[in-house]
Amino acid sequence: MPNTRPLSPHLGIYRWRVNMLQSTLHRLTGLFLSLGALLVAWSLIAAATSGTAWDVFAGFCGSWIGMILLFLWTWSLLFHLCNGCYHLLHDMGRDFGPPRRDRTHAPVYWKTGVGVIAASIVLTVLVWIILLVRIGGGAA
Amino acid sequence: MSAYPGQEGLRAPLKVARGNGASGTGVPHWWVQRVTAVALIPLSIWFLFLVGGLLHATYPEVLASIAQPVHAILLIVLSVCLFWHGALGLQVVIEDYVHTRWLELTLQIALRFGASLAALACVMAVLSVWLTGTGYY
Repeated sequence: MPNTRPLSPHLGIYRWRVNMLQSTLHRLTGLFLSLGALLVAWSLIAAATSGTAWDVFAGFCGSWIGMILLFLWTWSLLFHLCNGCYHLLHDMGRDFGPPRRDRTHAPVYWKTGVGVIAASIVLTVLVWIILLVRIGGGAA
Repeated sequence: MSAYPGQEGLRAPLKVARGNGASGTGVPHWWVQRVTAVALIPLSIWFLFLVGGLLHATYPEVLASIAQPVHAILLIVLSVCLFWHGALGLQVVIEDYVHTRWLELTLQIALRFGASLAALACVMAVLSVWLTGTGYY
């Protein structure tokens, strides 16, 4: 039986806050990282199969599309990691008290939300600078 | 006729609501998601370092790295936590967005089979490299 009953007002009625972006990104990066988990499985199975299978895997990772995907996976992992740690702090009751949600001041989760996103980007750039230096050093 | 689906005459809607409400489960889902998340914090950071160290590795070097006991054990723990955590997350995504019952059920079953299979394959692959030193063959 189709549900014809009216819905309550949904996402559109809320003012934009950074935690909406965090929540959406957490789910999207989680979905993307599930694909990354399959890449991990591919690497281990390829390593256990043969040198040829490993070369196919390594060739994919070294290709342009592979490098772009690996970069996105790095950021997804680091964002999911940073935001996940923040989730765990929330689970312990951090930043939930009334003074923390006072609208006359900027609630603390605005700053921490921007901080989490910024930290994930900075860490990703840092990881890839190190990786590219290593790649450059290895090729030379 | 009643305004409520399944209500006949004077029988209260509660009659059909029984068994369709709160499932009485879900706490283990919440906890396992958190526990695997905590485990994945050090494991994923370690994994980044492992991958970074293997950038220009040849195939024998990769095998040797996987076959180190500490690496092998951590890779096994990582694989299990990774696919368990991922399956729990995807389960909620499917519950949230797929409202066609047969499709939802199909996806949920496929997700469990897929995640179990992938985790098992990872564990077997690491074990074979670790214990034989040469992989499956």
